[in-house]
Amino acid sequence: MDRPRNERLLLKGKPRIIEALLETAVRSSAFLVIAALALIFFFVAKEALPLLTSAEVHEEATLWTMLQAREGGGFVWQPASEKPKYSLPPLVVGTLKVTLVALLMAIPLAILAAIFTSEFAPQQLRELVKPAVEMLAGIPSVVIGFFALIVVATWLQEAFGFTFRLNAITAGIGLSLAVIPIVYTVAEDALSAVPQAFRDGSLALGANRWQTAWRVVLPAAMPGVFAGCVLGFGRAIGETMIVLMASGNAAMMSWNPAESFRSFSATIAAELGEVVYGSPHYHVLFFIGAFLFIITFLLNLAGHWYVGRLRARLEGKL
Amino acid sequence: MKRWIKFVGLGFTTLTGLACLIIVAMLVLILGNVVIHGGPRLSWEFVSGEPRAGMTEGGIFPAIFGTVALVLLMTLAVVPLGVAAAIYLHEYARQGSQLVHLVRLALHNLAGVPAIVFGMFGLGFFIKFVGSGVDRAFFRGQLTFAQPCILWAALTLAVLTLPTVVVATEEALRAVPRSYREAAYAAGATRWQVVQHVVLPQSVAGILTGTILAVSRGAGEVAPIMFTGAAYYLPYLPKKLNDQFMELGYHIYVLTTQSPDVEATKPILYATVLLLLALTFALNLVAILVRSSIRRKLRGA
Repeated sequence: MDRPRNERLLLKGKPRIIEALLETAVRSSAFLVIAALALIFFFVAKEALPLLTSAEVHEEATLWTMLQAREGGGFVWQPASEKPKYSLPPLVVGTLKVTLVALLMAIPLAILAAIFTSEFAPQQLRELVKPAVEMLAGIPSVVIGFFALIVVATWLQEAFGFTFRLNAITAGIGLSLAVIPIVYTVAEDALSAVPQAFRDGSLALGANRWQTAWRVVLPAAMPGVFAGCVLGFGRAIGETMIVLMASGNAAMMSWNPAESFRSFSATIAAELGEVVYGSPHYHVLFFIGAFLFIITFLLNLAGHWYVGRLRARLEGKL
Repeated sequence: MKRWIKFVGLGFTTLTGLACLIIVAMLVLILGNVVIHGGPRLSWEFVSGEPRAGMTEGGIFPAIFGTVALVLLMTLAVVPLGVAAAIYLHEYARQGSQLVHLVRLALHNLAGVPAIVFGMFGLGFFIKFVGSGVDRAFFRGQLTFAQPCILWAALTLAVLTLPTVVVATEEALRAVPRSYREAAYAAGATRWQVVQHVVLPQSVAGILTGTILAVSRGAGEVAPIMFTGAAYYLPYLPKKLNDQFMELGYHIYVLTTQSPDVEATKPILYATVLLLLALTFALNLVAILVRSSIRRKLRGA
């Protein structure tokens, strides 16, 4: 809002110092938002840095040895053993495996559901589905983890006879419950933002409703739908409690979704509590944390860039 | 040809409806399962009692108390800060300026930082940096605040929930008609007077929504408090800012994964989950209702 032009005149005799102080206070809290993000990165990166610089840490692990296969082959993550072994590839595989399973389930479901609510559903049904998704988003991830571990794991094992009770399919199903609301909400917003004229034009040309939805509305909203997928990916890769509880936490180098695994986030959660402050293990965990931060940061930037693109496109600026 | 198109269309529409159904069904499945198994175990004794017999018997009062204390502390920190930031963004800053853009970008990214990274931040910043600084300055180096405790856990959660509060508050500020502000300016009010007497009273409901959403989020997060103050089991309630505490979500995690006898803890576990779910849902429901009334007002304006 612009200041009235005669403000100076109006303010005569008013306590201007307090006014100025309050403005400073309000402005600094806005700066604090930026500072919070910067501090998070700074303090996580600060503890991660010794992995790259400290000779003491290098006696146990360097970035190079963490990526290399061990003598005699194989990758082992055993940071608490006599001779600690830090091998990242099993964690990379585990993280990607569960994220992939979760996204393969969550993205189609969420996008189809978003198309249904924005294009086909009658008003009353829409009023039912949207709060349901909001409620799903409101379930704490520890509860989803509990549900995946106690209920889903048992069902799946009875149905398919998995050797590993806790595996990437169990954890992936749990994780998809956390990802669906994000993808759905962003995609639904994008689809609803497509102007009615697009639909009217398509229907007037003789297309039916599904052709309009599939070939006019969805392509028009594509950047937004894609943004939803990217943000969902960011959530999946960083989510901790669900994976920690339902993954089995075995650092195995296997792409088989029916086997246990260990993810980046769960590794931090499981080990940071017991680790000695300042030990190589401590710095390795912070290095993983900094890596997670950077990945999710980039994914978020990309997601919001696509949302901005959608807006520009629908306003005819692109 | 015509019939073929119609057939595919019907299939496609059904598929989208089915996806909706599956999502709603998953929600119902979780809620139903928890209510059926947890409901019978809920009692006054469960809510008000202490855990007994290796947490397989008794109640969870310390965890409830800890959660409420944690969330209250968090609210005290995040609401003033979040509301002030929103006021700056909407009432003070020139719209479209570089700074506003940057703050919004930071908010979006803050909302996307994984919860576990917040936990690491709490450990590295609040406990190891601020905590030891406080100890050196005020407690002659004696270990007082440089350890996991409720204060640092609450502040970590405050940083995590900051975007929620700012976004909800901004939405509320946007719902206050521009003409109200203009009328106040015309009557000679200063900028802060407009904020204090016109804008804020009008947006109380929205600020409340943001607060409730933040509380519901904060009450359910476990990863950020694992290393910053939550305790496995404590025989006493937290009384000082540097005490550790028990918390509902963390209690669920502990009971699920660390219990020696899962079958024996199951009834208590289910009841605890039901309690946490009921708490977060009740909060979310209130927030949704308040927000929809604000949106109606916004559409009317």
